[in-house]
Amino acid sequence: MNWHSLIFIIVYILLAPFIGGLLDGMDRKISARMQRRVGPPLLQPFYDVAKLLKKQNIAVATSQTFLLLTYFVLMVVTGAMFFGGSDLLMCFFVMSTSAIFLYFAGVVTSSPYSTIGAQRELIQMMAYEPAVLLTCVGFYLAAGTFNVNEIASHDISYIAYLPGFFLSFVFILTIKMRKSPFDTSTSHHMHQELVKGLTTEMGARNLAIFQITEWYENVFLMGVIGLFIINSNPWSILATVLVILAVYFLEILIDNTSARMKWQKMLQLSWIITLFASGMNLIILMIRK
Amino acid sequence: MANIKRSPWLLHYDGSSCNGCDIEVLACLTPVYDAERFGVMNTGDPMQADILLITGGINSQNEATVKQLYDQMPRPKVVVAVGVCACTGGVFKDCYNILGGADTVIPVDIYVPGCAARPQAIIDGIVQAVDLFQKRSDEHDALVKEKKRKAKEGAARG
Repeated sequence: MNWHSLIFIIVYILLAPFIGGLLDGMDRKISARMQRRVGPPLLQPFYDVAKLLKKQNIAVATSQTFLLLTYFVLMVVTGAMFFGGSDLLMCFFVMSTSAIFLYFAGVVTSSPYSTIGAQRELIQMMAYEPAVLLTCVGFYLAAGTFNVNEIASHDISYIAYLPGFFLSFVFILTIKMRKSPFDTSTSHHMHQELVKGLTTEMGARNLAIFQITEWYENVFLMGVIGLFIINSNPWSILATVLVILAVYFLEILIDNTSARMKWQKMLQLSWIITLFASGMNLIILMIRK
Repeated sequence: MANIKRSPWLLHYDGSSCNGCDIEVLACLTPVYDAERFGVMNTGDPMQADILLITGGINSQNEATVKQLYDQMPRPKVVVAVGVCACTGGVFKDCYNILGGADTVIPVDIYVPGCAARPQAIIDGIVQAVDLFQKRSDEHDALVKEKKRKAKEGAARG
């Protein structure tokens, strides 16, 4: 722990919600453009959260706020650990723990919609977790360390060693960001067989907490994407930002062009892609050693 | 006074409508009218909704549902009756099962006439509802402020 990483942690905690919110606003604007609509203003997500904080708080279960706050704090800790340059594996473990609290916040209300949504969230975790863990393994095999600082200060971008891992990570990003075709747990769009899925019983302040946590989470995930690109050359920061924006655009494109998928198909697809892309990459890395 | 009128989320409930108005409500969200440019989102969840949009009259079967939807919405909230059936009962008014317009069970703020109501009229109704939504929030804030001031005065005197 030095001054350098402390500054990064503070900058992350302060700026991540703004960057995440702007990305979200961009998402809605670009989505609207893809559907030939004008779309909401760029700052719409911030207006939404400001309004949610202002509304009357109706709590179906009083413990929901506590569970959501735990989800929020653990997600902030995950990002802070990552941008502070500590252990990558630990970051993902803390992220999984925080996701479990989101599951609890869903089931604690005992509403059927939100319970089914929460169970689907668990299935989504099952779908993306192998790829996430293998990404850590890949970084370790290529870099010999889990330390984010050391990985980021290598001479060559790690995407050169880990293209398969990058592919499978981008694939599971769609599941992690709960975007169509894998938005089974929250029903982001207007297909509402589960009302709002996991978030059905979250109103006002609780939904605002959920939304802000999602922004932190997205910035962290984009940071992991950036970790594949960044190297010791300062110019690589520009390339990192460009790749992150390109990946985010790809997510929006997939979101707008694909219909909802059943969870069985999601599990199959994500595991097959993880096994092939990451697995092949893993074997090559092991042989090279 | 926070500006909350930029983010009105709608809950659309179809009473005993002929679906004419429902189609027009959905037409508001299509590229031609694009109500999302006002920040409007069509949510299916009363807990997250600010404006309740009712189409069709109230019958004895959906009476309880409409009441419950209204009660589940957090304050401040606004109710818009879309189409002549939701306003008064319309052509179904004298049917044995129809109680009347939406205002027979819950307080309605904005009435949008038409059979079926045109998307332009619906958007106009939503824009008026949004202003009312902001006004209610401001009134609530003013009341809270007044109460706090009185409590302070009381504490200083007592």
